[in-house]
Amino acid sequence: MANETTKAEIKPVETVTVKVDGSRVEVPKTTPDWQGNPIPTTILQACKMVGKEIPHYCYHPKLPVAGNCRMCLVEVGMPAMGRDRKPILNQDGTPKIQKGVLPYDPSLPRGAIACATPVAPNMEIHTDSDNTKMMREGILESLLINHPLDCTICDQAGECKLQEYSMEHGQAKSQFVETKVSKPKQVDLGPRIMLDDERCVLCTRCIRFTRDVAHDDALGIVNRGSYNTIAAYPGSKFDNNYTLNTVDLCPVGALTSKDFRFQMRVWFMKETESICTSCSTGCNIKVGSRENKVYRYEPRDNDAVNASWMCDEGRLNYKWVHREDRLKECLIRNHNSESRSVEWVTIIQELSERLSKCEKGSVAILASARASNEELYLIKLLADHFEAITDCVPRKGEGDDFLVQSDKNPNSNGARAIGIAFSEMGIQIPEIDEGISEGRIKTLLSFGENITRVGMNDELLAKLDLLVVSDILGSHAADKADFLLPGCAHLEKRGSFVNEKGRVQKFMKAVEAPGKARPDWEWLRELVVHVTNEKPADTLPGLFNEMSANNAAFGGIQWKDLGSLGTDIKI
Amino acid sequence: MSLNIPQKLESEIEELITHYPEKRSASMMLLHALQEHFGYVSKESIEWIAKKLELKPINVHELVTFYPMFRQEPAGKYVVKVCRTLSCALGGSGKLHKHVCSKLGLDAENHGLQTSEDGKFSVEFVECLASCGTAPVIMCNNEFHEGVSQEKADTIINQCP
Repeated sequence: MANETTKAEIKPVETVTVKVDGSRVEVPKTTPDWQGNPIPTTILQACKMVGKEIPHYCYHPKLPVAGNCRMCLVEVGMPAMGRDRKPILNQDGTPKIQKGVLPYDPSLPRGAIACATPVAPNMEIHTDSDNTKMMREGILESLLINHPLDCTICDQAGECKLQEYSMEHGQAKSQFVETKVSKPKQVDLGPRIMLDDERCVLCTRCIRFTRDVAHDDALGIVNRGSYNTIAAYPGSKFDNNYTLNTVDLCPVGALTSKDFRFQMRVWFMKETESICTSCSTGCNIKVGSRENKVYRYEPRDNDAVNASWMCDEGRLNYKWVHREDRLKECLIRNHNSESRSVEWVTIIQELSERLSKCEKGSVAILASARASNEELYLIKLLADHFEAITDCVPRKGEGDDFLVQSDKNPNSNGARAIGIAFSEMGIQIPEIDEGISEGRIKTLLSFGENITRVGMNDELLAKLDLLVVSDILGSHAADKADFLLPGCAHLEKRGSFVNEKGRVQKFMKAVEAPGKARPDWEWLRELVVHVTNEKPADTLPGLFNEMSANNAAFGGIQWKDLGSLGTDIKI
Repeated sequence: MSLNIPQKLESEIEELITHYPEKRSASMMLLHALQEHFGYVSKESIEWIAKKLELKPINVHELVTFYPMFRQEPAGKYVVKVCRTLSCALGGSGKLHKHVCSKLGLDAENHGLQTSEDGKFSVEFVECLASCGTAPVIMCNNEFHEGVSQEKADTIINQCP
C-alpha cells in the first residue's frame, strides 16, 4: 500500500534536450532557484549538471540573480525558425542552428549570460568556443581596468575568483595606459568588516545577501560609473549578526574579515569539517587551522541546516580554544587540598578505585549538553551503574528568526535522547542540590560544566565525599575537585551532536589538544571499563554505532550514515 | 537638525506617492520636491524620504549620489546652468562658461557645481538643456535663455536682484 502511494507520487521529470559543447544532454525543465522554488533551468545550471563550470562573479546559487558581472557570457545557438514558426531543417533533417550575433556587426558574437538565460529545446551552448573565450577575455579585461595589481599583498590571494579567472582567461599584459580611478581603501564598513573599494568588482552579492537573506537592507552602490562604490549609509554601520557571510560571498578581496585578514595565507591552512557549537542549530563549518592553531570558521553548505551561512557570533567563537587557562594536567587533591599532577593511567586507576566504593544511589552526575553523543552514552553507562541522578546545565540566550537558536547548547537533544537530560533541561539540579545538602548524595561527577555557576556553592560542595570534575577551562569547581581530568574542545576530537531539529551531525578533529588534555570519550571509556562490567567499543565510530543500537531514538543509524551532512532522527 | 516640512508640501508629497504602483517609485519625485523646497537634499531629507517610502536611507542615498542634479550642499540664490552638450559646445558654450565663471570669481576648471564667495550665484556646466536649435543656452534658476552671448550673460547676471 505504502509502495503504491510512493509510486503514484513520482512524476516523470520533464526534460529539455540541449547540446553542450557538441554533446547532446538532457536536463530537467525546471531547477530550484535561490529560494528552492522551481524556475526554468538556466544555461549555467544546465552546464553545472553536466560537469561544465562557467566562470561567474555575481551569480550565487543562494542569492537572487543579478546578471551584472557578465562573466558568464557564453556563445549560444538557437534553432532557426521559419515564417511558419516551425524549425528550419538542414538537409539531414537536423534543425538549423542560428548563432547569436550583434545586430550592427554580424561578424561578432552576441553572447547570452548563462546565469539568467533559460535553456530551450535544441539550444546549442558553447562553453569553450573561441567566441566564448573572446567574450570572457574582454569582460575580464574591463574588470581589471581599475583593479589594483597587487595580489601579492592582497589577503584574498589564493581564494580570489578574479585571480583564478585571470590565470585561466586573462592576458599577461594590460593594454590600459590611462590613470586608474582611485577609490576609498580600508573603509571601516562595520565592526567586523573592512572594505577596499578598489578591489570591488561590483557584483552586488553582499548587497543582495544582506537585503534578501539577512533582511537588513544596509548596503548599496553609491556614485556613478567608474566611481561606483559599495557603501553603507553615511554614519551607519554594517553590523548585523550575519555580516561576515559577505566576506565569504565576496569573490574578490574587497570585503575582508577584520578578525582573519592578514593572519594567515589561505593555502597554508588545513580545512576540517566540523560543527559550530555556539547554539543548537549546529551550523556546518569548515575549520581553517595551521600547526595546531585555529584561524577561522567558515560556513559549509548544508541545505538541511544552515544553507551556506552562519552567524558572526558563532563564527568568531573559537578563540577560547587557545586560552591560557586551558586545563592541561590530571590533578588529584588530598584532604589538605594539596594537589599532585599525575599521568592518565594513575588518575583513572585511583578514580576507579574510589568510585568502586560508592554506593548505588549516592552518586549524582552533572554532564554538559556540549558533550558529544558518544561521551554522553559513556556517561549514561556510568549513571546506570550507580543508579545516579543526572542532568545537564541549560544555557539560554537570545535567538533570532534565521539561524540563531535560544538554546546555546549544541547537543541538548543528544543529551535528551540518551537519557542524561530531560525535556526541561536542568530540572533535576535542585534535586541534586537537595540530595547533597541532606547527605544522600556523596559523590558528584561534573563533566564539562562549571557547577558553581548553577548555584552549587563551596558550602554545598564541602558536604561531598568525592568531587570529580572534568572540564576544558579552569573554574572554581575545578579548583575544588578531588579529581580533575582535562578535557578536549570539540575541535580537538571527533564526535557527533543532535541539533535543534534532530539532525545527527559529526565533527572531525582539526587540532591537537594542549598538554595532557585528551578526548573525553577515550578516558570516559577507560573509566566505564574499570568501574562497571561493560566493555564499550574502543573506537569512536564503534561507540556511535553501539550507542545508536542501544538507543531507540537513534534508530540504529551507523557512523558511516552520517556522511558529511548528517542525517535526521525523530526526537 | 529636524526637518521642517510645511503641511501643504507634505500633502502634495503624499498625493505624489499615490501616482505610483509602488511607493519606492516616487523616490525621484520626492527628491526633486525637497530639493526645490530646501535648495538641496540634506541628510535629514534623505532620511525623511526613506521613512515616507518605507525604504532604508541607503536606497535614497544611492539615487542622490548617482544623479548630478541632486545637491547635497546648499547652492547660491541663483543657479546658472550652462549647457555643454554638442550644439551648445559648437555654439561656444565653453567660452561662455569660462566667461560666467570669471565674472563671478570662479575657476572654470573645477568640476561640478560651484558657488560664488557671496553665496549669490552658483554655476554648473550641465548636459543638454533641450534647446539645441538656439544654442548656446543657459538657465538661471527656472528662467530659460536662448542664444546667449557673453554680453547677454552679463545682462542676465546683472539683472538678478
